[in-house]
Amino acid sequence: MTTLEPIAIHPTRSVSASSMAALRALIARDLLVVKKSFGEFVARTVVQPFLLCFVFLFVFPKIGQSIGGGTSASAQSSFATILVPAVVGLSILFQGVQSVALQMSQEFGFTREIEDRVQAPCPIWLVAMARVFSGAAQGLISAIIVLPIASVIHAPGVQAHFSFHWVIIVTLVPLASITMASLGLVLGTTFEPRNIGLMFGFIILPVTFLGGTYYLWESLAPITIQGVPWLQILVLINPLIYVNEGMRAAFTMAPHMHLYVVYPVLLAFMAGFLALGLRNFKRRVVS
Amino acid sequence: MTGSDTITEAIIETVALTKRYPGMDVPAVDQLNLSVQRGEIFGLLGPNGAGKTTTAGMLTTRVLPSGGSAIVAGIDVVANPTLAKQLIGVVSQQNTLDRQLTVWENLYFHGRLFGISKAESRQTATDLLDRFQLARWANASVYALSGGMAQRLMVARAIFHRPAVLFLDEPTAGLDPQSRLALWELMGELNAQGQTIVLTTHYMEEAEQLCDRVAIIDHGHLLTIGTPEELTRSIRADTVVTVRSSGDPTALLAAIEASIGPVERSRTTDGALEIYVAGVDRLVPRIVEAVDVAGLEIADLQVTVPTLESVFIALTGKELRDE
Repeated sequence: MTTLEPIAIHPTRSVSASSMAALRALIARDLLVVKKSFGEFVARTVVQPFLLCFVFLFVFPKIGQSIGGGTSASAQSSFATILVPAVVGLSILFQGVQSVALQMSQEFGFTREIEDRVQAPCPIWLVAMARVFSGAAQGLISAIIVLPIASVIHAPGVQAHFSFHWVIIVTLVPLASITMASLGLVLGTTFEPRNIGLMFGFIILPVTFLGGTYYLWESLAPITIQGVPWLQILVLINPLIYVNEGMRAAFTMAPHMHLYVVYPVLLAFMAGFLALGLRNFKRRVVS
Repeated sequence: MTGSDTITEAIIETVALTKRYPGMDVPAVDQLNLSVQRGEIFGLLGPNGAGKTTTAGMLTTRVLPSGGSAIVAGIDVVANPTLAKQLIGVVSQQNTLDRQLTVWENLYFHGRLFGISKAESRQTATDLLDRFQLARWANASVYALSGGMAQRLMVARAIFHRPAVLFLDEPTAGLDPQSRLALWELMGELNAQGQTIVLTTHYMEEAEQLCDRVAIIDHGHLLTIGTPEELTRSIRADTVVTVRSSGDPTALLAAIEASIGPVERSRTTDGALEIYVAGVDRLVPRIVEAVDVAGLEIADLQVTVPTLESVFIALTGKELRDE
């Protein structure tokens, strides 16, 4: 039998030192899990972008189906320019759902793993924050994987026109990743594993389809009731709109929502999701 | 708390510790005063719903007390949960192992979580697997472990950072008898090396076999506290006799008391009469004779010594497993 360290009778580290160590270990654990199943991670990350680009940018032009207001190569290319950056935005959303919401819902529901993790010597909210950070890191990785894939899958001549705005890229992609991971925290702490179907049906699908992936926000203006562009107004509650409009600003010259709307609104969504998600988390682990 | 490091130093001290869950009429834990000494195995014994798990939850920072105070290793667990968590190890009722990590990684990351260096975490993880006879599962998924092995791994994980107090919540619930014995043995070994252990249980054998001191809890109240011997002595009976006869238990009791004198305590359970007696010679022949004289017939007769179960019955009038 090995001799162990003597039993600690008094705390040996300050709150901040032990919290920082715990945060590092929590994130390291999450990233190790990603690394161990990196093939699976890549597969689940690229399948949706691949299918979107394959159907809209390869199959549709090949069969002469009209998209983006025309069948000409230039009309289809401008559609590609709208779609490809939004495919990156969409994959960031899905990463937040996958890596934070689904995981956490499992850990609360079936595996009870969370019970042990909250005994880590750090404040309980930091356990949830660690998951948001590692979810955001996975969002970043997926953005890096998805963009090249989405930009090469297309019929000849149907090409997205890129224009990289690096300042926007290096600020907005991380902001979008953290915001979507925070959304994942809210969903993961709200939905029981048995209700995950509801989450996809009533939250993820509407967010995806009304999130400006296939169209510009400004192009919704003609949909009006008594002169009010109701859909354009309604979708403003959807955080994905701001992510996708921001991605267009980052990667293309396509028209987009003003950045001085995109940044503050995403920051506000992030703050709101974090406040709600951390509150939910704490309520579920401390009684 | 004093700073003296004597062996009788209290490592846990609660004063009027109370938990009232919202929407509940009665508190789950009511004005609990406990003192656990360093180096002992302390048992919180009581039926399900007695408040044991809530008490352990408050001591391990997971349940916020509604009143009173709880000090663990000199740290106020409510005011400084993060500091307190450095000093406690917790094994919960359910399997909370990390399903996405291997057996070895479960230990290694626990060390990292508690700020232990990579090299030392690696070494300790390997050492602990050896010590807990799990070495050949090191690279296996935790799904490959049986219930007993998973429990051992959880204990290994909980003591990894050398906590001042190891908390185990119903550690042997759902384990097969063999695994239960193995876990008792393991706890005995850890304790022999100075590990203070607090466990909650509703198995009186577990409390009796394992614990240096036991607190019996029911409906959130502390009923009594002491060593198992002190507690069984406290009911002032050395023998428990259960008699099942053809007749009515009241008549049976009258017949027996006519022969051996008044009993310390009696009750009827499943139609049988249970009596607690002290210092009676030739007890069984006298009872048999008394029943015979009364014209009754004995269907079953059992003689045992009082246990913690008897203590619980004496205190509450019901059995531990009733609830």
